[in-house]
Amino acid sequence: MSITIKEVEHIANLSRLAISEEEKGKMADTLGKILHFAQELQELDVENVAPTTHPQPLKNVLREDVSREWLSQEEALSHAPDQENGQFRVPAVMEG
Amino acid sequence: MTATTSTYETIIGLEVHVEMNTHSKIFCGCSTEFGAPPNTNVCPICLGHPGVLPVLNREALNKAIKASLALNCTINSESKFDRKNYFYPDSPKAYQISQFDKPVGEHGWIEIEVGGETKRIRINRVHLEEDAGKSSHAADGSSTLVDFNRVGVPLIEIVSEADIRTPEEAKAYLEKLKAIMQYCEISDCKMEEGSLRCDANISLRPWGREQFGTKRELKNMNSFSNVQKALEYEQAAQEAILAAGQEIQQSTLRWDDAAKKTLVMRTKEDAHDYRYFPEPDLVQLEIDADWIASIRATIPELPGERRARYIEQYGLPSYDADVLTASKRVADFFEATVASGAEAKTVSNWIMGDLLAYLNHNNLEIHQTQITPEHLGAMIKMIQDGQISTKIAKSVFKDMLETGHDPAVIVKEKGLVQISDEGAIAKIVEEVLANNAKSVEDYKAGKEKALGALVGQCMKATKGQANPALVNKLILERIQG
Amino acid sequence: MSLLNASIRELHTKIISKEIKPSELAAASLERIQATDGKIKAFLHIAAEEAMERAKALDEQVHDIRQRSATGDLSHLLFGIPGAIKDNLNTKGLPTTAASKILANYTSAYDATAVDRLNKENYVLVGKTNMDEFAMGSSGENSGYFPTHNPWDLERVPGGSSSGSAAAVSAGQVLFALGSDTGGSIRQPAAYTGVVGLKPTYGLVSRFGLISYASSLDQIGPFTQTVEDAAVVLQAIAGHDPHDSTSANVAVPRYLDALTGDIKGLRIALPSEYFEEGLDPAVRAEVEKAIRVLESLGATVGQVSLPHTKYALAAYYLIAPAEASSNLARFDGVRYGVRTEADTLVEMYKQTRAQGFGEEVKRRIMLGTYALSSGYYDAYYLRAQKTRTLIKQDFDHVFASYDVILSPTAPTTAFKIGAKVEDPVTMYLNDIYTIPVNLAGIPAISVPCGLADGLPVGLQLIGKAFDETTLLRVAHAYETARGAMPRAML
Repeated sequence: MSITIKEVEHIANLSRLAISEEEKGKMADTLGKILHFAQELQELDVENVAPTTHPQPLKNVLREDVSREWLSQEEALSHAPDQENGQFRVPAVMEG
Repeated sequence: MTATTSTYETIIGLEVHVEMNTHSKIFCGCSTEFGAPPNTNVCPICLGHPGVLPVLNREALNKAIKASLALNCTINSESKFDRKNYFYPDSPKAYQISQFDKPVGEHGWIEIEVGGETKRIRINRVHLEEDAGKSSHAADGSSTLVDFNRVGVPLIEIVSEADIRTPEEAKAYLEKLKAIMQYCEISDCKMEEGSLRCDANISLRPWGREQFGTKRELKNMNSFSNVQKALEYEQAAQEAILAAGQEIQQSTLRWDDAAKKTLVMRTKEDAHDYRYFPEPDLVQLEIDADWIASIRATIPELPGERRARYIEQYGLPSYDADVLTASKRVADFFEATVASGAEAKTVSNWIMGDLLAYLNHNNLEIHQTQITPEHLGAMIKMIQDGQISTKIAKSVFKDMLETGHDPAVIVKEKGLVQISDEGAIAKIVEEVLANNAKSVEDYKAGKEKALGALVGQCMKATKGQANPALVNKLILERIQG
Repeated sequence: MSLLNASIRELHTKIISKEIKPSELAAASLERIQATDGKIKAFLHIAAEEAMERAKALDEQVHDIRQRSATGDLSHLLFGIPGAIKDNLNTKGLPTTAASKILANYTSAYDATAVDRLNKENYVLVGKTNMDEFAMGSSGENSGYFPTHNPWDLERVPGGSSSGSAAAVSAGQVLFALGSDTGGSIRQPAAYTGVVGLKPTYGLVSRFGLISYASSLDQIGPFTQTVEDAAVVLQAIAGHDPHDSTSANVAVPRYLDALTGDIKGLRIALPSEYFEEGLDPAVRAEVEKAIRVLESLGATVGQVSLPHTKYALAAYYLIAPAEASSNLARFDGVRYGVRTEADTLVEMYKQTRAQGFGEEVKRRIMLGTYALSSGYYDAYYLRAQKTRTLIKQDFDHVFASYDVILSPTAPTTAFKIGAKVEDPVTMYLNDIYTIPVNLAGIPAISVPCGLADGLPVGLQLIGKAFDETTLLRVAHAYETARGAMPRAML
């Protein structure tokens, strides 16, 4: 199982991780090794097996529709790296 | 309806997001109130702080089931949530909790009326998800500001099949959807506040071809008319491209309302990979027949059924039935007025005429005025009894809308009682005839219209309070007598 | 020896008889930390002032607790007991970083439910413990700050990811610590440091407030010196929580009542797959001794097979990174945490995350993103989830005829710091005996069962879902028969 540099770049972009040229090669190599060993799963016949997404089969866990107050605006923004007028500030979003 | 002369058939599908009017958010206890100061209806859960977990709001699920049933969907007995992964500053967890392959409802339909014909539009699915926050540009344009009050407000996404064939049908579909949501008290569906949002897919194909053409997605339309306008614009644009022998590129466009045109936002190359997978923090939903039945029992008579009943029960023209049932509040008002003893078509005329004109002009809804069905009924009776003229009634009606007073009180206080005393009117008629000899001559010479002028003079002399039928009768007696 | 060299119940008795004060215990804990943590590095944050203030306030409440205790109310056994919390659990007003630089400046806005329950019992929090960043690791070397050292041999790892919690209990700095276990992160470091580590059934302890690594696998559990102490801490933190949808609504038994010492007729399964190549013979020898001890207590032992064991590691290293890639996406520099400024939004995201996350975290995010991405989902993620079903069925099958499954906790004893950092796959093999348990969502406990070349060996007992009672009973019976273990010499 090998992973191309192009795939590494694509995954890094989807993951929003900056990655240097040097790291790309190393990452491709390591991911390739891990995926090679994950190939073992391909030998299993799982056609009629249902996936397990939760270890315990719970269902219909619901809360009542009651509202409550928790954080003030000041508390909500107290961890913000950047803010303006009661809002969180980030570099401009470019459409496109 | 194939009134177009185009060589292409237009194919439209709509994706509508409706914000549901629960008290608290879908996965946490923050208020869903609209218009609060920024970042005041937030908590660690909806802000996506480390370690928080979602718990589903029962009411949000119940309303999604109700909406699905009202749209004639089948409710999936097993349903689940999935994560839709993408980075955007208004999405705190960088994934949206949504439903991928097991939505609450599937395979529904609604009926719309366009050009006097009824058409069924199929609904592919209704799924439950959380809303995102709101970003806006800072004054200097260098940055984006984010308010998370809206994040986590429960949404349903209603996806139609590509059954819509004209921009006009698209608008009718949206109006019907809105009416159904309002009837079911799921949402106020105010597009200007964002509680209803619509994206449209549109493609063209030569008539008779089965295969769909390449579609383009339209976003950012903030009213039903804009949806129609944007689709009309896009329909023409695609037609021009095809007519020139070029190909449509799959892309997403936004409607620029100021420029009245669509602009490309992104093309297929930068399509997202959302990496959907089952949400491990939420458990399976199992919705059994009893649960569905209990929700179904809360669904009121829907606009389509009501419309049919109005035609059948009250003998109203289908146009009247359409207009009256578009809003549940208006329809309820209509029925209450009829129940107070007034004649249905007369009530319909008042509502469709003066009432809706007033509401549209002042951008109000009926419950925001002071008028009651009993008062409208009483006013109509006063007209029938000859106590006030229709003309006077118009001013009484406006007064009722604004003050909520009883029409009898308004008429009395403002001295608007109709003069039906034959002696008093006869005196005025004598005077008018004496002063308008020319008109009398004209009438006698066969100019029927001259009668109207004479009646008008009498009404003017009594400030509109004379009983017009009586005036008419007395004038004719004197001229012809 | 320190005041802390006693069981929680012994200390409780001394507290209510006013033989010792909570403030004296807190001071002893802080002194021990002061004396040893320069070498061990178990703590990321020591809350010395808060702990002393809290303990002094408790000094004044001893009378109330004494009265309650007299009525048989056991809900305050942790009153005045110093404990430590893994740094991926939120503790209101204190730093919570998950040992990541991306949260270097983060202070919790709320208490995790497990922490809240300890607070209600009036424990004394002395600090937040070091760990592999975001719980991703088996050695403690992936901390974004510094590695933790094994109190038994400072050149060796304490195991991970709950490295600091294990080391703090092992070094006698605290009576207990909370950790989290996603693929062995409580049991393996417990084994490496010679302490008891319990991973409860998935859903028994609320995850609310635990910074998620892999949501469908994570569970919070205790590190203690003894099985009895583990029962006391589990009692405090277990039980349904309406803030966690995956929290089980089951009645919580009185775990202390289970510690009868009687395991006659108990059926113990030995899975052949857990004793195959890769298992250090010295570790095997200690585990076999433990089996004989259990047999001498009246338990019967049978050989079984868990045939899908060999697939567990692969399934885990697809499922856990997939969930992690999504769980860690929220660390984007927008609402909290450390941001690396950049001109565009996308660049801000990429730089913030590239600078804030360590190598192993990035590797797992990439791996998980890949496993979920378009075109690979069915072959990797979905297939892994189906494999998980097969692994779960293996356990169900064995538990139809056995009460517990016994195995080594890890194939080796603690290894040297730096020995495995270059090869992730070799590192992942440390968890081959612990991972299947998380995939199946069942409980397991690691109990010290001897020394191999002077380093502790852990015995793993695996139980049926929500049958912690049996696990604790067996572990306690074994521990009693085993006799006292030496402690780390520092």
